[in-house]
Amino acid sequence: MRIGVFICHCGTNIGATVDSAGVAENAKSLPDVVFATDSMYTCSEPGQDGIIRAISEHALDGVVVAACSPRMHEPTFRRAVERAGVNRYMFEMANIREHVSWIGKDKEANSNKAFELVRIAVEKLRRNRPLTPKYFPSTKRVLVIGGGVAGIQAALDCADAGIEVIMVEREPSIGGKMAKLDKTFPTVDCSSCILGPKMVDVAQHPKITLYACSELESVSGFVGNFEVVIRRKATCVDNTKCTGCGLCAEKCPSKKSFDRFNEGVGTTTAINIPFPQAIPKKAVIDKSFCRQFVKGKCGVCAKVCPTGAISYEQQDELLTVQVGAMVAATGYDLVDWKVYSEYGGGRYPDVVTSLQYERMMSASGPFGGHIKRLSDGKEPKNVVFIQCVGSRDVSIGRPYCSGFCCMYTAKQAILTKDHIPDSQSYVFYMDIRSPGKGYDEFTRRAQEEYGTQYIRGRVSLIYPKGDRYIVRGVDTLAGAQVEVEADLVVLAVGVEAAANSPHLAEKLRISYDKFGFFMESHVKLKPIETNTAGVFLAGCSQGPKDIPSSVAMGSAAAAKAIGLLSKDMLESDPQIAQVNINRCVGCGKCINVCPYKAIREIDFRGQAKAEVIEAVCQGCGLCNATCPQGAVQLSHFTDNQILAEVEALCRC
Amino acid sequence: MSVLTGKERRIVGFLCNWCSYGGADTAGVGRFVQPTDLRIIRVPCSGRINPLFIVKALLGGADGVLVSGCHPRDCHYAEGNFYARRRLEMCKNLLPLVGIDPKRFEYTWVSASEGQRWQHVVTEFTKQIHALPPAPVFPESPEIERLAACAGE
Ligand SMILES: Cc1cc2nc3c(=O)[nH]c(=O)nc-3n(C[C@H](O)[C@H](O)[C@H](O)COP(=O)(O)OP(=O)(O)OC[C@H]3O[C@@H](n4cnc5c(N)ncnc54)[C@H](O)[C@@H]3O)c2cc1C
Ligand code: SF4
Ligand code: SF4
Repeated sequence: MRIGVFICHCGTNIGATVDSAGVAENAKSLPDVVFATDSMYTCSEPGQDGIIRAISEHALDGVVVAACSPRMHEPTFRRAVERAGVNRYMFEMANIREHVSWIGKDKEANSNKAFELVRIAVEKLRRNRPLTPKYFPSTKRVLVIGGGVAGIQAALDCADAGIEVIMVEREPSIGGKMAKLDKTFPTVDCSSCILGPKMVDVAQHPKITLYACSELESVSGFVGNFEVVIRRKATCVDNTKCTGCGLCAEKCPSKKSFDRFNEGVGTTTAINIPFPQAIPKKAVIDKSFCRQFVKGKCGVCAKVCPTGAISYEQQDELLTVQVGAMVAATGYDLVDWKVYSEYGGGRYPDVVTSLQYERMMSASGPFGGHIKRLSDGKEPKNVVFIQCVGSRDVSIGRPYCSGFCCMYTAKQAILTKDHIPDSQSYVFYMDIRSPGKGYDEFTRRAQEEYGTQYIRGRVSLIYPKGDRYIVRGVDTLAGAQVEVEADLVVLAVGVEAAANSPHLAEKLRISYDKFGFFMESHVKLKPIETNTAGVFLAGCSQGPKDIPSSVAMGSAAAAKAIGLLSKDMLESDPQIAQVNINRCVGCGKCINVCPYKAIREIDFRGQAKAEVIEAVCQGCGLCNATCPQGAVQLSHFTDNQILAEVEALCRC
Repeated sequence: MSVLTGKERRIVGFLCNWCSYGGADTAGVGRFVQPTDLRIIRVPCSGRINPLFIVKALLGGADGVLVSGCHPRDCHYAEGNFYARRRLEMCKNLLPLVGIDPKRFEYTWVSASEGQRWQHVVTEFTKQIHALPPAPVFPESPEIERLAACAGE
């Protein structure tokens, strides 16, 4: 073999703590290496051209690049060597940046380590074989999980591009948090006026099938050909018959049911349509309040329903669908703020969450747009907002900023003044974070035009005094303790990943961070992709973001899905398992362990043998480690290749 | 012989591509300084790791072997790390039989976001290996290797 080795400086990223030129010099002594050099930025155009030139000048048939992580630039360099006529699998990378120069300060030790990593890359490459991908058809259908504004945008974009969409929403209606908002910053336009039409589009689009009250049961398969089982939870209402007339809710005797949509502001009936603009507009029974279930008798709704849609016996239904790509848009939930006993821990009726306050302000909310206190129905005059409740707080394991609370607090202060002109708002804040277009101007308007008093400092205690509350905090700018008398306190509660996100991530086989937010493939360059091909992210499922960013990400995820499925055939990764039929004894152990059922038993001249189904194998190598005969080998990661790496390390 | 005799020990790491290799990358991006002894071999899944690799490394002169994969239930290939866990545990139990101190081998789970955890794992394991005497020299033994291969089944 004729191997060329390229050691990158990555500017000073590697060059500062690794002697790249020295490593290149040493690499010349390695077996089969006929050319070695160092290069400033190997991934740049001149850098790649240098590789291509060296391949032709030195008749190289294998290349090692020692640079950043292969998770970053392996595809880049594989394309480069391919342009020069070398098979893209005749290429190896040594990670001397993330694993060497960035984590060690001792240049001698680093350079030595870098050289050894090059040595194992060379030993592996010497045993590489050219591999060529196969092509397979894909299912041109996208699954969108979560029907918040991000998921809605992704679904509509895919559908408009002619791709079928299946949307799965856990709640009875799509719309997510945005459907609960009164008005939205920075334009203060009505939330349901801008979201409502999009929700209707989802319902009416011929390419979109919506399953509300549904969740993902399981996922199998792989990019282009996922098989998804959806659990449609029993709502006790036959959606094909329900017309959404609402007669059932009118007559339901259980009127004190928890109102999920209104965040517990007010109550609802056990059978209800969550809000007038709900999509789908179908009634749903909440079994924990329905007398038929709690007491064993009632049956009122079944009697009054004009279409006979009620069925108390309805069971969950499992539905299997095939899709080619998936978008995870499951959004966020609010942190459990009741851990803060200094804010009353939920004991004070007039200490509410920001989301409850949206419902209290909303014209379509339980108060018809007239803000009043939950305790006595009086209009509040002094309203205190507390920011960062459950955000940027290491003590409860929520060190991150929730991103949009500063903005919506300013919005809520402005709206409070609009609703109650003789009111006064106070905002306790840590910092004001408003780095969007028109955002800083907006928070300034809240102060300058609407007279909101911003107090920089934390609140240490809220306690009742008569029918009001004393909010005690510190004004760090004035260096003094302050007490504000409040009729109403609104907590800007921080954001966490939607309940059960880790569980969903495990089903989708994508990574999540320690807070449950889904992890993108690369923080900067692949913010939409995940590490599982064909699964994309949108909205707050990846981390807190406001509506404009969620919508942008929804469109981006759609673009990725459309791009993927626009190809008639998808390329398969050739790094898959292969059975050496002569060594296989037909024990079937590999068949049992393969998580993808990618191995089947075949009859070969009267003997049982294993055979890998190429389009199905995902290249995990589980079979390889299991086979007692070493008969099944994972291409590009064969026993010989890995043992050669081990040996190269032990020898030096 | 390595230039760093006396300073470093020979530690071989087998890391799954999707979680732990990513975690090691995250540690790098975060500039979380670590001892320089470890050399990482990338494999697709912890389930790809044959105990033979570990035993071969330890018999061949490695002072320590560190294996890391995705957290159980979080495997990129659905269930590869369940098999890995069983095999690696077997491998650990087997080491004393072939005369290797089981402290020379550890396996752990680190996700792609856990850069700091990776720094901690590497630092602690390196300390653990430095506390042991240098690796003994083993005679070539096909028997031992056959035994190791059995752990894979
Ligand atoms: C009080 C408050 C005021 C705000 N005001 C503004 C504003 O004025 N302007 C602005 O730009 N932003 C505002 N925001 C932020 C805004 O709410 C978010 O940017 C936006 O809702 C994010 O949309 P999303 O689709 O990512 O998530 P979500 O709105 O959370 O939607 C996620 C959807 O996925 C569903 N889901 C979750 N898990 C599953 C599952 N496992 N299976 C199926 N479905 C699932 C949920 O039920 C939900 O319908 C505000 C936020 C709060 C808390
Ligand atoms: S490598 Fe083996 S176990 Fe893994 S998917 Fe392919 S055939 Fe199945
Ligand atoms: S485990 Fe090995 S020997 Fe057994 S069937 Fe699979 S390939 Fe053949």
